[in-house]
Amino acid sequence: MLEAHVGVRVGSLDLDVEMTVGDGEVVAVLGPNGAGKTTLLRALAGLRAIDHGRVVLDGRVLDDAAAATFVVPERRKVGYVFQDHLLFPHLTVLENVAFGLRAGGADRAAARATALGWLQRVGLGDRAGERPRHLSGGQAQRVALARALAVEPRLLLLDEPLAALDAATRAEVRRDLRRHLADVTGARLLVTHDPVDALLLADRLVILEEGRVVQVGTGPEVSARPRSSYVADLVGLNLLAGTVVDDVVRLRGGGALVASAAAGCRGDVHLAVRPRSIALHRARPEGSPRNVWEAVVADIDVEADRVRVRLAGAVPVVAEITPAGLAELGAAPGDRLWASVKAVDIETYET
Amino acid sequence: MRRDRGRVRAPLALLPPAALAVGLVALPLAALLQRTPWTGLGELLGEPVVADALRLSLVTASLATVVSVLLGVPLAWVLARVEFPGRSVLRAVVTLPMVLPPVVGGAALLFALGRRGLVGRPLEDATGILLPFSTAGVVLANTFVAMPFLVITVEAALRSVDRRYEDAAATLGGGRLTVFRRVTVPLVAPSVLAGAVLCWARALGEFGATVTFAGNLQGRTQTMPLAVFLALESDRDAAIALSLVLVAVSLVVLVGLRDRWLPATS
Amino acid sequence: MRRQRPAWAWAVLVAASLVVACAGDDDPSDETAVEATITVFAAASLTDAFTELATDFEADNPGVTVELNFAASSALREQILAGAPADVYAAANTSNMDQVVDGGAVEETPQVFVSNALEIAVPAGNPAGVSGLADFEREELLIGLCAEEVPCGQFGREALAAAGVAPAPDTNEPDVRSLLTKVAEGELDAGIVYRTDVLAEDGVEGIVVPDDQNVVADYPIAALADADEPAGAAEFVDFVLGADGQDILTAYGFDGA
Repeated sequence: MLEAHVGVRVGSLDLDVEMTVGDGEVVAVLGPNGAGKTTLLRALAGLRAIDHGRVVLDGRVLDDAAAATFVVPERRKVGYVFQDHLLFPHLTVLENVAFGLRAGGADRAAARATALGWLQRVGLGDRAGERPRHLSGGQAQRVALARALAVEPRLLLLDEPLAALDAATRAEVRRDLRRHLADVTGARLLVTHDPVDALLLADRLVILEEGRVVQVGTGPEVSARPRSSYVADLVGLNLLAGTVVDDVVRLRGGGALVASAAAGCRGDVHLAVRPRSIALHRARPEGSPRNVWEAVVADIDVEADRVRVRLAGAVPVVAEITPAGLAELGAAPGDRLWASVKAVDIETYET
Repeated sequence: MRRDRGRVRAPLALLPPAALAVGLVALPLAALLQRTPWTGLGELLGEPVVADALRLSLVTASLATVVSVLLGVPLAWVLARVEFPGRSVLRAVVTLPMVLPPVVGGAALLFALGRRGLVGRPLEDATGILLPFSTAGVVLANTFVAMPFLVITVEAALRSVDRRYEDAAATLGGGRLTVFRRVTVPLVAPSVLAGAVLCWARALGEFGATVTFAGNLQGRTQTMPLAVFLALESDRDAAIALSLVLVAVSLVVLVGLRDRWLPATS
Repeated sequence: MRRQRPAWAWAVLVAASLVVACAGDDDPSDETAVEATITVFAAASLTDAFTELATDFEADNPGVTVELNFAASSALREQILAGAPADVYAAANTSNMDQVVDGGAVEETPQVFVSNALEIAVPAGNPAGVSGLADFEREELLIGLCAEEVPCGQFGREALAAAGVAPAPDTNEPDVRSLLTKVAEGELDAGIVYRTDVLAEDGVEGIVVPDDQNVVADYPIAALADADEPAGAAEFVDFVLGADGQDILTAYGFDGA
């Protein structure tokens, strides 16, 4: 379990973050560029000392600015997966994964055997003897994950692990990552600026802006009630789990939606719908939308220039409308409304 | 019109100065070849004084390179990575032998390590070791003059290495020495090798500091450049022939190393 | 007269003897001018004596400038044979001069203007207690000679042979100056140099080599056939051989012709 209060001043950034990550929990730190995400990870890893605050992992003090306690990175048992993987170019794939084990004192044969096991877990046992430069981006990222996990860290830090990958590889690596993150014990902290990654991989989100935590909560909580326009734009999307059956995605809650992008997908998928793409109507709308359903207003959240309407029912989503739109609808919690969304406005992610 | 796609096309303006540079280096070498007394060359090269000088040159230049790598790589690391007051002064001091006339360097070595030198006198009193007029003295003089070439090359490489590789190694549990040995050094290995080659070449041609500090005795301190210089006193043909041997041996080694260790593309 | 020489200066002297010096750049078209520049290439061992000698010569001949280029006799020989613009050549041994004559650069017969006897140089205070050439056989001493390729090395070995001594030198220095300075610094216990060198170097003492063992180096001088200033060159040679020149040279330890 990680209990951290990280205070760092570097350049124009004034980072001051308090957070806890429980064993087995995956927390995603989301924020715009320059919010201090990477600085936070570097401080937790011990690659940079904190200026004030305290970092405690499993009850062991790693860094305490007041007590001048500082545990060097190599003694922290904190794993770090970098965005651009940073596999050692002069070592083979197997030697990369065995590096931490060897540094920890394992003999050569044992380290290689364990490393090979980890490579097989990420599906790259057959690439053990190759140099990292012969791997694809997705393969390299999986090796980097295996390398970090091989030393069985008590805290795993992932800095934008999917950002450098192309869209097709992303889905695949994200799926693997999800599985491996579920397998390991300890606290896991993921930095990303992609809400889909955050929502699909993390149990809890921490939104960071200009060095400060602006919101904490589960994905649905944050999506439903974003506390700033940045959060609203970034995280305020509806994520629905379902299964592709013929041309329709059957949702876990019982509803069904038609998504253009689901055409090429098989099996379980996630659908992402932007609240602004959802239109609300008093009566059943006429015309083109293929996804139309009746819903009950659960609550209405008014914030300055936008209104978020949470709908309950078989398709539980949040719709965003303008205050003028709300006045026109004249809706209140408990009312029944019609909701619609175009099939082209639904993004699809394989899980 | 077809272009050779995939080939590097140089800006034309670069070609004349490049050709001039080649001429500047190659012309004197060609003149040396033209003046070489080819007849009797074999006989000359068979003389023990030549064999001794060549052997001594190769041995001392190689030892000086080994010493330079062992001492110079850690020094380059300190200069590249450790921030301390006076670092730029230290860097200037360390590279001074590159600009110092070698005979002055040799003299400075005598003042420091000679029989009456600052360190040389207590060293001889304590151990009986006398560096001037010894093969070790030749290695020392070579190292003094040639090590800066390695330090400069490796320091530049260390500065350009992505330090996050070292961060990654640290988070994997690698202690500082492990990271240095298993990550930092391998990452700059091509530059260490390039620096070592420069260092070796400089040591092989070393004359001034060697003759001033270590003297000149066949088989013990007489390297090829000294043999060439003395041959010039009495027999110019012999001097030219000896220079040619030095040129040929270094050419073989340098070309061989480059092809073996420094692939043109990487 | 002795010149004080700081410790570092000797290194520079060694450097000077290794670098090919540039000759003065004469202007051959100044026929109307009274001024003349005579370029003299002289052996390094003549540095102090010829510097004084040139000053006196210039004083006696207003308008005349003497440019001096000191280096090893062999290096000067190479420069002259390669066409360097020199008027007079003064060598430290006859073989270098003979090669210049053979090369056609000197037409008249060179004249010996001084000779220089050998002496044993030891560091001030003579810490090793050297008393003669016989000490050159002592294993525990650090002994230096000039290399066989240079005149002082040839003469030194002849002297040792005459004394029946088989030395084991620790170094064969490429020129007399570097040998002398290593003795002066105490790095060597003894070396064989010229008497003039011992006189010129404060840090060393001389130990006389008896006449029956000694070898005397003859210094020849000649005006060069391609001299730009043939008259001036001849005058300079006459001055060196004359009473005033000989007085200066003997003051520096040379034996007169």
